[in-house]
Amino acid sequence: MSFDVMDYFRQETLPHIWCPGCGNGIILRDFAVALERLNYPRDEVVIVSGIGCSSRAAGYLNFDTVHTTHGRALPFATGIKLANPNLKVFVIMGDGDSSAIGGNHLIHAARRNIDLTAIIFNNNIYGMTGGQFSPLTPRDKKATTAPYGMIEQSFDICRLAEGAGATYVGRATTYHNQLLTQLIIDGAQNPGFSLIEAVTHCPTSYGRRNGMASPSDMVRWQKDNAVWIDKVRAGKAEVKDGQFTIGLLHRHEAPEFTQAYMEVIKRARGQE
Amino acid sequence: MIQIETNKTPKCELEIKKQWCKGCNLCVAACPRSVLALDLLGKIKVVEAEKCIACGLCESTCPDFAIRVIKNA
Ligand SMILES: Cc1ncc(C[n+]2csc(CCOP(=O)(O)OP(=O)(O)O)c2C)c(N)n1
Ligand code: SF4
Ligand code: SF4
Repeated sequence: MSFDVMDYFRQETLPHIWCPGCGNGIILRDFAVALERLNYPRDEVVIVSGIGCSSRAAGYLNFDTVHTTHGRALPFATGIKLANPNLKVFVIMGDGDSSAIGGNHLIHAARRNIDLTAIIFNNNIYGMTGGQFSPLTPRDKKATTAPYGMIEQSFDICRLAEGAGATYVGRATTYHNQLLTQLIIDGAQNPGFSLIEAVTHCPTSYGRRNGMASPSDMVRWQKDNAVWIDKVRAGKAEVKDGQFTIGLLHRHEAPEFTQAYMEVIKRARGQE
Repeated sequence: MIQIETNKTPKCELEIKKQWCKGCNLCVAACPRSVLALDLLGKIKVVEAEKCIACGLCESTCPDFAIRVIKNA
């Protein structure tokens, strides 16, 4: 680790606003490492985010960044990508941002297989607004709006994206840093819609209410409950109740939306 | 002005930005050799530099970019 991650940040904006021990800083770092390895020209990278603690990540990165509105990062990103398909567009969203208010945008971006790389910061809660449950809050877990425990079933956002048509889907955690970096790199190189779920920890709004008082308790929980998909596929591990898989979960090939759109433009102009 | 504190260990230099440390303890828990601890004010400090193996886990787990591991050439 010889390169200085600071080269990728707007240093005047640091230290960041996140709480002590918040996992968002870890994902931000892993993302910066991925950008360094991808080595795209800086002015070809665009980072779009929605609203939430996680979405503040875009503002710290020294690239062209757009901090949009709650749930609408994907529509902005779609517009940017269509206006200039050569850009490498990354989309940062929280679990609430991407699966509740922005849930429809998510499934349709996946269905179109538009070449965007979405990184979902999943802290299982609405962090910024003080800990209301999100569609990714697991059953029985507590939130300010579920003081007796969540009674609804939660989404598996990776399976949701896969079912909707995403061509690259992976999951890692803030404990499994190197995997997260690798998934972001591979997702960026996939010519289509890529979704990477980064399981992160919100000590302030989630951990405190759910028996994990310290950030290190939360990271230990990730370590103990993440099961490598390769081991599951090889029959060497099973996913117990409350556990989740990590790794490259799904990949397939399908026509990409901006390319199909450019072809239509050519056809309409009689250039074909 | 951000101050950078440099700690020499057998295999690397541990660069620490104390002003950015929020005292979350993640690096202390991640270090396999108990090189790090929090001081009385809850800020990171190097306590057993000679044990450091330059694995880089503290750097990659610190959410606040307060530690950098610069391996010896
Ligand atoms: C249209 C709109 N509705 C509601 C809000 C209030 N709001 C701000 S952040 C947020 C949810 C944050 O949760 P999540 O997306 O999971 O991100 P986190 O803060 O946990 O990273 C909400 C509901 C808003 N800013 N805009
Ligand atoms: S409220 Fe939670 S997600 Fe937001 S900065 Fe604090 S720990 Fe992080
Ligand atoms: S991980 Fe970073 S912020 Fe947390 S105690 Fe260590 S140096 Fe401080």
